[in-house]
Amino acid sequence: MPLTREQIAQRISREVKPGFCVNLGIGIPSLVANYVPDSMNVMFQSENGLLGMGAFPTEAEVDADLVNAGKQTVTTVKGASFFSSSDSFGMIRGGHVNLTILGAMEVDEQGNIANWMIPGKMIKGMGGAMDLVAGARKVIVAMQHADKEGNSKLRTKCTLPLTGLKCIHQIVSDFGVVDITPEGFVLREFAPDLSPEKVLAATEGRMKVAPDCRPMTF
Amino acid sequence: MSKVVPDAKTACADVKDNMTLVLGGFGLCGIPENSIVALRELGVKGLTCVSNNAGVDDWGLGLLLQGKQIKKMISSYVGENALFEKMYLSGELEVEFCPQGTLAERMRAGGAGIPAFFTPTGVGTKVAEGKEVRNFDGRDYVMERGIVGDFAFVKAWKGDEFGNLVYRKTARNFNPPAATAGKITIAEVEELVPTGSLDPDQIHTPGVYVQRIFQGKNYQKRIEQRTVRK
Repeated sequence: MPLTREQIAQRISREVKPGFCVNLGIGIPSLVANYVPDSMNVMFQSENGLLGMGAFPTEAEVDADLVNAGKQTVTTVKGASFFSSSDSFGMIRGGHVNLTILGAMEVDEQGNIANWMIPGKMIKGMGGAMDLVAGARKVIVAMQHADKEGNSKLRTKCTLPLTGLKCIHQIVSDFGVVDITPEGFVLREFAPDLSPEKVLAATEGRMKVAPDCRPMTF
Repeated sequence: MSKVVPDAKTACADVKDNMTLVLGGFGLCGIPENSIVALRELGVKGLTCVSNNAGVDDWGLGLLLQGKQIKKMISSYVGENALFEKMYLSGELEVEFCPQGTLAERMRAGGAGIPAFFTPTGVGTKVAEGKEVRNFDGRDYVMERGIVGDFAFVKAWKGDEFGNLVYRKTARNFNPPAATAGKITIAEVEELVPTGSLDPDQIHTPGVYVQRIFQGKNYQKRIEQRTVRK
């Protein structure tokens, strides 16, 4: 069985280290926060100008002046701070964010990522994604391994307009955990009930199986 | 000469067609609501608007799109505005997609007298096409230009008669760099206070950047995604 969105988020949460500053994109990445215990003292950065993003508010706590980068209402944690967008992206571009997690339409074996437009069809804009992939110290992508027609989204070469060049360190897809190395994709873990062979068969880009490749556990 | 004006209509009276406007706000958070309505009612056209987002269909800059008053947008994300996407794909609206951090830095640089700067953001993508790319310490960076608009519109929580501004929470966002990046900056505030009542240590935008300030009214402060927990 391929992983659910929650399982992808849960697996990614294991990459978060104590004391990290982490930026989470919209969609599956935003679920990662639910799996990071408070005791790890992780600060979630929201690029619209907040370090120390907390959970969603209760009805009584809702504040129109307190939203995250996805325009959702949020709260703050102890030690939070507010700052301008120029300061926020200084923080990101200057390498002060340890880890960013975002989605993708395509990632290729060189670590290029495309996630902001489909020419002629969808053009919402790149938002902060280009800055994040260029600036964060580690970039992990949460994505579906294949599209609705079963075509691999882990490509030999991205065909869609790029968000960033050679910037992705790791992918967690519904099929498994994939590192990106100078040799291309390396499969480290695979979804329970799948197999390395099935993942290889579903992947367009060049992929090797790590010697210690193992099934994921939850 | 007092910077205080009675309302948005007075503040915006000399905005002209084809001007470049820089606006604060992120989504609908911290947007200069009163000024945008005044611009709609003024009917100025052919505008270039520099703003991270385009509002939603019927609020924020969406009002100016509906009024066909915008010729060009410089933004990072317009996903919330279906009309925007439609007008862009049909060619009615010119769009320069600018990465969010680059946009913030372009405003900051423009206001700070930095005509151009180098950023790693967008190297190797459409964003870098036609722009100078230079290598520093083994990494490529693309050159981007500072922006200064004819007018800048910002929204703050409190402001005094000198134009000092204090923002609230994430309603701050693009307002500080935007405030520096207008030949004339118009600030609307939720509470206009006497000069001297704000603690100098707590001022986010020194009044020198602000040419006109007014007490805003009837703020909707719409929430795009009202996400709550039990």
